[in-house]
Amino acid sequence: MQYSKQVLKHFKNPHNQGNIKNADAIGQAGNLKCGDVMKIYLKIKDNKIKDIKFETLGCAAAIAVSSATTDMIKGKTIDEAKKLTKEKIIKKLGGLPPVKVHCSMLALEALHEAIKKYKS
Amino acid sequence: MNKIYLDYSATTPMDKRVAQAMLPYFCDKFGNASSIHNFGQTAMAGVDKAREQAAKFLNCEPDEIVFTSGATESNNLAITGVIKALLRQDFGGQASKQQRIKNPHIITSSIEHPAILEPCKKLEKEGVEVTYLPVKSNGVVDIEKFKKAIKKNTALVSVMHVNNEVGSIQPIREIGKTIKKINEKKLKDWKKLNPKERGEKPQPIYFHTDATQSVNYLNCDVRWNYVDMLSMSGHKIQGPKGVGVLYVKTDVPIEPLQLGGHQENGVRSGTYNVPAIVGIGKAIELIENRKAKKQGKKKAGAAKSVEANNLKIAKLRNMLVDGIIKNIPNVVLNTDRKNAVPSHANFSFLGVEGESILISLDLEGVAVSTGSACASGKLEASHVLLAMGIKQEIAHSSIRFSLGKYTTEAEIKKVIKILPPIIKKLRRMSPEL
Repeated sequence: MQYSKQVLKHFKNPHNQGNIKNADAIGQAGNLKCGDVMKIYLKIKDNKIKDIKFETLGCAAAIAVSSATTDMIKGKTIDEAKKLTKEKIIKKLGGLPPVKVHCSMLALEALHEAIKKYKS
Repeated sequence: MNKIYLDYSATTPMDKRVAQAMLPYFCDKFGNASSIHNFGQTAMAGVDKAREQAAKFLNCEPDEIVFTSGATESNNLAITGVIKALLRQDFGGQASKQQRIKNPHIITSSIEHPAILEPCKKLEKEGVEVTYLPVKSNGVVDIEKFKKAIKKNTALVSVMHVNNEVGSIQPIREIGKTIKKINEKKLKDWKKLNPKERGEKPQPIYFHTDATQSVNYLNCDVRWNYVDMLSMSGHKIQGPKGVGVLYVKTDVPIEPLQLGGHQENGVRSGTYNVPAIVGIGKAIELIENRKAKKQGKKKAGAAKSVEANNLKIAKLRNMLVDGIIKNIPNVVLNTDRKNAVPSHANFSFLGVEGESILISLDLEGVAVSTGSACASGKLEASHVLLAMGIKQEIAHSSIRFSLGKYTTEAEIKKVIKILPPIIKKLRRMSPEL
């Protein structure tokens, strides 16, 4: 099992890490029992994701995926954000070890959760 | 960047003297050790010497040593080989109806290496009964629970000498003694029976131990420990990879797992891996010499377990443990130092995932492991920590430091310095839960 350079780069210096105090929506996925928990904070204006932050407890892949995902979402409309797929995230990261693919699912799950909450 | 290796439990660097001993057997003494001609016999001389080195260390006969490809094979052979042999013999032999046992029962522990657990699970599917002993919170098998688990049809017990993940020492000598007493009593009762009615001798319980992690530190004398089979590995003791030993006491029935040759009395077919066998012999000899030298000849027998090498490593390990506890809040030491080999320190850093600590340390040139290296392809929390009653979320945040022969004080000091900011950074990234 080996991580790509991009994964290590994101892991070492993650982008958009932190939280947003007055977030418009927060989504969470994963649980402590499985070892990975991700929380995504969104600031939305005019249907656009103006700001996004994440907090992650997880493996290096989970942290890198969180960082890359938030990069890819920032500035996009909600509809565009919903179209993001795990394949695109993995591609952006230069690949992920097969056992770690579920991490990318968690990031999307947290994102979708946040969007769902915002809409309801 | 000077790299620091604290993963001796995964593998060890080879001692240069071992490499030197192996070298001639690659190009010059290349013969097939099974060949009768001079080339073969020259190679066989190397194998014979290694066999004697191993036998001396384990205090057994040279022909009780079986060379294998490593501890995984040794373990598989011990478990499956013995059970298959017993089943084939029509387990219980011609014993009277009361004594005859159709299904052999295995007792092992819940913290064994997968190389024990998986063969056991496979046999279980084939109808063999298996008991997985629980462990106490310090990772040690409870001898009383072991005694209670013994059944009439118990045929094989396999408990590791030292656990690979937390370093806990198992009471194998007590287990061995208990088994010996039971076997003796069985035989005594049988002898009292009328010779015409008693049938064949009762089936004894055989005792195997996986000593992969203990050879460096503990007394592996098979007679002193009352074991019938013992597995060890070359690369965990400053020797080569791809070679191991299985000690099999003369009267233990064992069926080979691979066929096609006559090597090792038919127990383990396959061309002798001569350089590696020579290497493991040398590595064993170096440990034997070290222990004998420090102890003096008088004590070289039973009491060779504590010696200077252990004390030196224990001192460094304690320095690491104290340094981590002092500098990092919310840590749990999963290794019970009173009941563990000096090499191990398994920690949980609460609120952080173990692998991200591993990768962070690796980026700084420090090699450690999460649970066991073998588990690194898996996502489940360590079965060992879970068996110790540690919660899933705490088990996920575990890191195993394993020190060894070449670990230095400067290295430990450096790790104590670079670890706190790593944990702090990762904790800062975690959501509040």
